[in-house]
Amino acid sequence: MTASALAAEPKRPEPLKSGIDFSGAEVRALQQDDFSSPAMLWITRGEKLWNEPAGKSEKSCAGCHQDARASMKGVSAKYPKVDPGTARLTNIEGRINQCRERNQQTAPLRYESDELLALTAYVGMQSRGVPVNVVIDPQNQRNFRRGADIFYTRMGQMNLACTHCHDRNFGRKLLNDTISQGHGNPYPVYRLEWQTMGSLHRRLRACFFGVRAELPPAGSQDLLDLELFLAWRSQGLIVETPGVRK
Amino acid sequence: MSVARLLVPPRAKRGELVEIRIAIQHPMETGFRMDNMGKVIPKNTVSNLVCRYNGTEVFRAEMGSGIAANPYLQFYIVARESGAVEFSWIDDRGEKGSASAVITVTA
Repeated sequence: MTASALAAEPKRPEPLKSGIDFSGAEVRALQQDDFSSPAMLWITRGEKLWNEPAGKSEKSCAGCHQDARASMKGVSAKYPKVDPGTARLTNIEGRINQCRERNQQTAPLRYESDELLALTAYVGMQSRGVPVNVVIDPQNQRNFRRGADIFYTRMGQMNLACTHCHDRNFGRKLLNDTISQGHGNPYPVYRLEWQTMGSLHRRLRACFFGVRAELPPAGSQDLLDLELFLAWRSQGLIVETPGVRK
Repeated sequence: MSVARLLVPPRAKRGELVEIRIAIQHPMETGFRMDNMGKVIPKNTVSNLVCRYNGTEVFRAEMGSGIAANPYLQFYIVARESGAVEFSWIDDRGEKGSASAVITVTA
């Protein structure tokens, strides 16, 4: 995907609605119940991992960041963020792996592995109820532009852009599904179709697959830039992590 | 590593019906799926789950390929005396898991 002049000026959907508002009553009930929500299994695991020493440093996440319930509150609402050290856009998954490599001195976790999903969800959950709030500044301006570019550019054999479903047709049916506005505020989510937890990048790849476009790898620059654009686009929606979706 | 969660009300009155909730993180492979190379993924489900209340078996489940991944179970027991509610499970591959909780019963 190359940078081109935008077909449209980036806009937020009006009125802004979370994906849960387009979900059925059963899915909504499942997300609201902190015991029967299967996503909570990953939270339990994430909490264990948070307190477990890892790597050569033999330090746990809690060793530096203490109690996640206090130290991670509101953090994921501000992500993805440009890392000052590498000057690269980083999401929560990337930030966790960076900490593992730099500070814990151990191997990064594989994207989409149960462990990384568990930690990401556990960190994300501490921001539940906090409004998404990313700031577009000179450091991430380029990423934002590229993300918007992907969102508004037609792609794949279907020749559709994200905007065609998620801006122009939200609330309408695509087969048996109601089209949402395509926000990232509940991720990682437990998706009933997947029968497991999945990252935002997995969900984005599913959409790329849906329009028969080339799939960018999870954690790739394309998807990170798109993640930033989506965060800007969902500004003000509350974080729902860990969400449940059909 | 698999995670299991158990929810038991911490306090109950003697003779009261209490709700027990169990959730297990498990893929529940049906044995009907194939991997990307066309090879059958062997069946692996939670074959046996037993719940005990102060050592007495109060609930047992045998689950097969008809149960979705990450099974969730809910049932009721009568609170008789204070003690431990525990459950353990084993799957087709021999992997085991368990969890326990304490319930205090008052007159």
